[in-house]
Amino acid sequence: MLFFLCFALFLIGLYCVLIKKNLLKIVMGIIIMEYSVNLFLIMVGYKAGAVAPIVTEGAGKVNFVDPLPQALVITAIVIGIATLALIVALCMRVYDRYKTFDITKIRRLRG
Amino acid sequence: MMKLIPLFMAIPLGSAFIVVLLGRFKETISDALATVVTLMLAILSFALIIPLSQEGIFIYRMGRWLPPWGINLVLDGLSLLMLIIINLVAFLAILYSVSYMKKFTAKSAYYGLFLLMLAGMNGVVLTGDFFNLFVFLEIAAIASYALVAFGVEAEELEASFKYMVMGSVASVLILFSIGLIYSLTGSLNMAHVGTILQGQNGNLISFSMILFLAGFGLKAAIMPFHAWLPDAHPSAPAPISAMLSGVLIKALGVYAILRIFFNVFGMNIQLSWILMILGALSMVGGGLLALKQDDFKRLLAYSSISQIGLIMLGVGCGNYWGILGALFHLFNHASFKALLFLNSGAVEYSTGTRELKKMGGLSKVMPFTGATSTIGSLSISGIPPLNGFWSKLFIIMGLVYAGRYVLAVITILVSVLTLAYYLKVQRYAFFGKLGKGLEKVREAPPLMCASMVALAIICVGVGIFFYPIMKIILEPAVRVLQEGVGYSSLVLGG
Amino acid sequence: MKNGMTLIVRVIARFVSPMIMVFGIYIILHGHLSPGGGFPGGVIIASAFVLITLSFGKEIAYQKLKESTASAMESVGALIFLILATLGIVFGGWFFLNFLPKGEPLRLISAGFIPLCNIGIGLKVGGGIFAVFLTLILFRLLEKGEGD
Repeated sequence: MLFFLCFALFLIGLYCVLIKKNLLKIVMGIIIMEYSVNLFLIMVGYKAGAVAPIVTEGAGKVNFVDPLPQALVITAIVIGIATLALIVALCMRVYDRYKTFDITKIRRLRG
Repeated sequence: MMKLIPLFMAIPLGSAFIVVLLGRFKETISDALATVVTLMLAILSFALIIPLSQEGIFIYRMGRWLPPWGINLVLDGLSLLMLIIINLVAFLAILYSVSYMKKFTAKSAYYGLFLLMLAGMNGVVLTGDFFNLFVFLEIAAIASYALVAFGVEAEELEASFKYMVMGSVASVLILFSIGLIYSLTGSLNMAHVGTILQGQNGNLISFSMILFLAGFGLKAAIMPFHAWLPDAHPSAPAPISAMLSGVLIKALGVYAILRIFFNVFGMNIQLSWILMILGALSMVGGGLLALKQDDFKRLLAYSSISQIGLIMLGVGCGNYWGILGALFHLFNHASFKALLFLNSGAVEYSTGTRELKKMGGLSKVMPFTGATSTIGSLSISGIPPLNGFWSKLFIIMGLVYAGRYVLAVITILVSVLTLAYYLKVQRYAFFGKLGKGLEKVREAPPLMCASMVALAIICVGVGIFFYPIMKIILEPAVRVLQEGVGYSSLVLGG
Repeated sequence: MKNGMTLIVRVIARFVSPMIMVFGIYIILHGHLSPGGGFPGGVIIASAFVLITLSFGKEIAYQKLKESTASAMESVGALIFLILATLGIVFGGWFFLNFLPKGEPLRLISAGFIPLCNIGIGLKVGGGIFAVFLTLILFRLLEKGEGD
């Protein structure tokens, strides 16, 4: 059931990328899609009744959640930051040249 | 010899950062360092041919962790073919850009990004682990987004934005699919996943296959997903267009589709039909749309879509001749498409324009560019004895043996169409009367000519000596794809 | 962005930003014992510099950390990480081999070369995020001219 909510968040992000006309709203759509996939990855590793995967002194045998997706998600978040930085810098330069953020007017390349 | 495999990723990554640090002081240091590094990698990839043919497969365990717990790098015939293509074209593109990029200011940043893209592509073809594939895919893709927008004119920024949005959507789809695979099998190693998913079918497995096809299809610019390519490839500087069109869409898109669908999931009949239909659609669509273009580089970009469609058609066939033709066409298309993009860059460098109607009679004033462009156009159209003829012949033979006569006829018609629009390019740009205002045009600088002549020699040489190349380099690659899911037992057992 | 923010913000920022930097270094060094590691620690260090830039204005922050220094810090961090990975080949024969002695668990100096890798990653991420921030700000200043 929760996985369907993740997929619904993904579809909301996809809607923003496809329908919105402002450049920055398209960028936010991409960010929402990336967050939904990160959320999905962490939920994959969840086990009911388990604790966070941190080893402490004298604890004995404890039930941990799966730590591998958490490492994947740290990497995916950093990749998302790099993509976001590049695309925002690109948006700033596009505004400088075209003087608008409206994507229907940024159409010099066609055919 | 196996210990040299991680150097393919470590050397370009390290030298990218060193070039950025040192290039601040003097520019010729960065030129020399980039050229030496790519030359070394190209020689290294050739030197691995003979040890690989004795061993069969090299499996390198990083950090001495055994699979399936650790990340392992797998070098087999298919990876070696891709490594040779990537490093050779990268070396020639860097040689070309030493003189082409003189009019741009931040040259050390350009070399840094180029070497990062090279490290990413080498990592994608060498790895045997899903998440490692994703990380290197992202490294190469982000470097290429920045390189497309390198000369910051208005059109380049718009093209790069479009490319970036579609590329990010593709990466998110791929990550979603990797998450699904992890939840189904509990492992990220490609061979281990292949063993677990052996006989199973289910809705989730089909869903993740569709997501992979969509994600990697976006990266490879197959027809319903092609919309970024005609804007991004013309706007990039010419050596970057050569790398993008000749190598990047193949290493990130086609190679990943081949590896995942043949070796991990296992081909079945519906999958080959989907690949064949998408391939035929790209081939015909790209060819028809290329006919009406007036911009030299945009025409070449649509032609790339068409040729990648031909490769997917050959792959979808499934029999020996189809796969052999498709892999041979992968190699050939890298060489002649890179040659044609470098030609267009030389024309733009000397005349300052990309529109065909304004050029004319350039082969009188630019003899090297004209001659190599003629060789490239004849190769891509499939004229014997140049190399394009053999690869198209093998794909058509594969289609006929599989019984798909309609698709074979469509392929022949599209080859004639390819010949038509390349003859249009040659007539408008290189033959005929010298255009107005073009009297003072001179030949391109010697380094640019050297790399163009080298690629032309490769085109002619591979066309004449195709038999030894087929036996030594292509046969192991075809064998890897044909044994399909036997890849898993080779990697885990060895 | 000439004079930064008001007096209260400047006093508090002067007091708090060294503590943020120490907290970031703590998270980097204890990456193998508690959640964190190179990436979050580097971002926290970068945010200390961002706080100084926002509250004091660009000129004073420029004296603390120039953009070229941030860029060099980033490259040096990446090279440290790669050199540690390559030293695995020299000492053990495999790339990325954990070649330092592993020690007892739950001590600060244990787990081989992972703390050193975390330091390399922390330098790279911190320098990188601060360089990105400075580039985005400098572009806006180049367009609008100095001052608001």
